[in-house]
Amino acid sequence: MIDELIITAPFFLTGIWTTLLYTVLGAVAALVVSFVFGLMSLSRSVAARGLSRVVVEFFRGTSLVIQLLWIFFVLPQLGIRFEPIAAATIAFGLNFGAYGAEIVRGAVTAVPRAQWEATVALGMGRLRRMRRVILPQALPEMVPPFGNLWIQILKSSSLLYLIGITELTYEVKQLQFDIGSLAAFSIALVVYFLLAQLLVAVTRWVERRAAARVGRATKGVVVEQPQAVAT
Amino acid sequence: MNGTERRLWNWEYTWDVLPGLVEAFLKFTLGITAAAGVVAIVLGLILALGRRARAWISWPVYWVVEFVRSTPIPIQLFFVYFGLPVVGVQVSALATGIAVLGVHYAAYMSEVYRAGIEAIPRGQWEAATALSLSPTRTWVAVILPQVVRRILPSTGNQIIALFKETPFLIVIGVAEMVTVANQFGGQNYRYIEPITVAGLIFLAASYPTSVLMRKLETRLAR
Repeated sequence: MIDELIITAPFFLTGIWTTLLYTVLGAVAALVVSFVFGLMSLSRSVAARGLSRVVVEFFRGTSLVIQLLWIFFVLPQLGIRFEPIAAATIAFGLNFGAYGAEIVRGAVTAVPRAQWEATVALGMGRLRRMRRVILPQALPEMVPPFGNLWIQILKSSSLLYLIGITELTYEVKQLQFDIGSLAAFSIALVVYFLLAQLLVAVTRWVERRAAARVGRATKGVVVEQPQAVAT
Repeated sequence: MNGTERRLWNWEYTWDVLPGLVEAFLKFTLGITAAAGVVAIVLGLILALGRRARAWISWPVYWVVEFVRSTPIPIQLFFVYFGLPVVGVQVSALATGIAVLGVHYAAYMSEVYRAGIEAIPRGQWEAATALSLSPTRTWVAVILPQVVRRILPSTGNQIIALFKETPFLIVIGVAEMVTVANQFGGQNYRYIEPITVAGLIFLAASYPTSVLMRKLETRLAR
């Protein structure tokens, strides 16, 4: 058993590395999508608000598995071919970005009215108001829910073996024939748990820094399903 | 029919796959959601009560909940479906799917209950004590009815999330709608219609429900 573990360790490690890579890529893509559509939903333009609404509801309403299969199997038949890494990043970006857009919107609208009024009184432009006053106060509010979303991305990355990516789940599925199913999947559960704790630690650190910048206390990450925010 | 077909959308093929998809949706996707939902709602309450119990109960419960909800559903499915038979526990793919989704969402639900229980004003507890109600009556007649009302929207959202994660069962081959759609795609070398239709069925079911939940949320918040 111990010998087999030592022999198979490199496969676990490359799997962990790939999983982390996709977790980070997916998070960056989701973050970009979140801010684009989150800020669009607060725009003055009806068209921008409408588009953001449609995109957010669409990608939240259809399941991640369907989106992955669609990008990886359907688009090629329409002549649009993606590498698995691009397909995964796009699917994660759009699906989790749709949830993230609500986080951005919620945090920005939660900034007290007086802050908005003050920027008007100071004659700030819209861009400067966002960048200098509203966003710095909204950011610490966003960090814990984004941290939660990040853990959801990590968990969902175990679906990527379906489109042929050799991440941790793929490696473990191979290794079950060497070290036994029970051992392989037990180790996988523990490794994913530890990776999630790592993400929680990183999120806490980011939250502390963001909160300290505006002189506030922190809240911490709770692992939960991203929810529809009523506003 | 083959994948090299130039047509963007084949209606004939759509009508061919539609009955199979709808059947899988009604029988398995919705059935699994309902069964796992019941597991989550019942077990979630037990876990939430466990977290309020003495330290030697609440501490392990806390870590089990934490562990279950921060590990991926596919790995949990593999663990039960391929791992547990090694120690003599053999479960069908369908039962595995219901159990894993149910327990996973029970972990989420326990937090929903916890928040709901903590939101009950202290006066309610004190009133129950003043009326010398037994602990069981306090819970059943005073606390839980108020908790249920409070957590209705969040519970609805959890069930919607659960519904959207039933396609994860594709990894152990449970014949829910997306697995069936994928099989159609593989058999006919054409994925466009089955996967798109499956997505639209999902959208058609989950969007109105989430709008309803949001309405409920704002109504109960008043």
